[in-house]
Amino acid sequence: MSQFRFLRRPAIAVAAGVLALTLLVALFAPLLAAGEAGRRVGPVFGGPSSAHLLGLDDAGQDVLSLLLHGARTVLIVGAAASLVAVLIGCAVGVLAGYAGGWVDTVLMRVTDYFLVVPALPFMIVVAAIWGPSLDHIILVIGLLSWTQMARLTRAQTMSLRERGYIVRARGLGSSHLRIVTRHLLPHLTPLVVANAALTVATAIFAEAALAFLGLGDPTSVSWGRMIEHAFSRSALSAGAWWAFVPPGLCIAAVVVACSVIGQGVAEIANPQLQRDHLPPRRVRLRATPAGGGEDDGGGSESGPRLSGRTAATVMEES
Amino acid sequence: MALITIFCAVSLNFLLFRVVPGDAVSNLARVPNSTVAQQQALRHEFGLDRSIGAQYVAYLRELAHGNLGRSFANGQPVSKNLGEALGNTLPMVLLGTVVAIVAGIATGVLGAVRRGTRTDRALTVSSLAVYALPAQWVGLLLLFLLGGVFPSGGRVDEFLIEPSAWQHAVDVLWHMTLPSLVVGLTLFGQYALLTRTATLETLSEDYVLTARAKGLSTPRIVRRHVLRNAMLPISTMIALTLGSVVGGVVLIETVFSWPGIGRAVYSAVTSRDYPMLQGAFLVLTVVVVVCNYVSDLVCLRLDPRITA
Repeated sequence: MSQFRFLRRPAIAVAAGVLALTLLVALFAPLLAAGEAGRRVGPVFGGPSSAHLLGLDDAGQDVLSLLLHGARTVLIVGAAASLVAVLIGCAVGVLAGYAGGWVDTVLMRVTDYFLVVPALPFMIVVAAIWGPSLDHIILVIGLLSWTQMARLTRAQTMSLRERGYIVRARGLGSSHLRIVTRHLLPHLTPLVVANAALTVATAIFAEAALAFLGLGDPTSVSWGRMIEHAFSRSALSAGAWWAFVPPGLCIAAVVVACSVIGQGVAEIANPQLQRDHLPPRRVRLRATPAGGGEDDGGGSESGPRLSGRTAATVMEES
Repeated sequence: MALITIFCAVSLNFLLFRVVPGDAVSNLARVPNSTVAQQQALRHEFGLDRSIGAQYVAYLRELAHGNLGRSFANGQPVSKNLGEALGNTLPMVLLGTVVAIVAGIATGVLGAVRRGTRTDRALTVSSLAVYALPAQWVGLLLLFLLGGVFPSGGRVDEFLIEPSAWQHAVDVLWHMTLPSLVVGLTLFGQYALLTRTATLETLSEDYVLTARAKGLSTPRIVRRHVLRNAMLPISTMIALTLGSVVGGVVLIETVFSWPGIGRAVYSAVTSRDYPMLQGAFLVLTVVVVVCNYVSDLVCLRLDPRITA
């Protein structure tokens, strides 16, 4: 179970819980909100009530059921676009880092272009020209989100390539394919996982952005489209905050969860981040009176009292 | 170096708009009763009947003269349209960015120095939350909450008759408040988180230990030894995001009907205004490249170890 040790950190456990909950909701949305989505069930912009906990949207649909169904699109787009980005990014990064020479130069030039091209306008152009559909959105987002991954894996590959065990494997006659798949990729995994989690977050953002500009898939419900509908169909002037506040909070929750997991994995992979050399803060040494008879009303313990996070450090030092 | 990147970007942008299906004329030619001859004449007028290579050379030549072509949509030179849009976007984005930089760096450093405490956790969680909220949603919420106090859209009050320069400036600033606030908020979270990580990385360096061994106080260590080194990745990141913010501002501009570059791109896409789109891409790419170049220069100044 050692690979699940990171779940013991509270923040990561909460984040994993949020993602698991979203996944369950996405899987069972048709059961949880049977027949409610896509159907008019009450007045336009009807307020929250016991029957419709989050109120009704611009077409009289139940906001809560739309939210549940929207989880599907968001997770599909997030996961699939991130997968596209990971595949392209890893392929480019490992190839460039491992091969070096002119292959590296050419691939990095291409990466540089994708790094400077204005991503959101680019997505808008391609999505508008290809036409709105889920596949196209996934591809567009994936095609524009791999640069970070490529640069990270390239740097890591270049440093791994010169390590003793890889040089030895090459000396023993391993093929390039075997070296990459058996010796390189396993070492890249933490980095890739951390970055993939962050890519999911950006993909979800990008989907919401495209949907907000009316370039989302018109046949599926998504949180981004709910915000777009609320904006373009004047939920603001109707005072219907319930039509756009919940989907935004849902996006934020999933994005935070992905970022926390990505950060957590990165921190575990790089323990360098976990120490610092600052003097311990908030340490109060308070000697008890020499007689030891009277307590000065503070705590019940005697002897020098230490407080603060680095109490242990100070004890060692003193 | 930066010039080569710009040249590559120009070429690839040119290619990008040639491989899209359907040229501008096939769109114009949807006019009823247009004959094939008329379509050919139109193609000839826009130079679309020449070979790709010839078009590319012509494009580069005109570009060198500063001519970006004419907009299909309103017949104005693209450079004039874009200049206006960029002039509207930049002040709004810059105002928000400055606020975000100051608040973000302060928050990040505070969080890193007090790592693991309640302060750190509260700061990290709130910057993460701000970072995770979609910009368009933050804009909507602000409009909903403050819509009565601040103007809900546009850049100037159309009904102001012959305003003095001062009145005009105040009016623009008043309209700018909410969109800039959204830009600032979305960047703030990012900057705070990044600053925290960069500062944490610096805190583990040996020279911090040395400084502490010399008996320097914490504020002095942070100011003189940690912050100066942490500024390297931070300034790089700020320059990088600044370039992409100008392009990513389309959402905020949509919410607040701000007539900037993001709106220009979006309306150019919907009306298939290719010269405009091509010009906008060029401008946005150049902005990003220039920002990267500036960040290199800043690094050079900040870190004497780096040599050009």
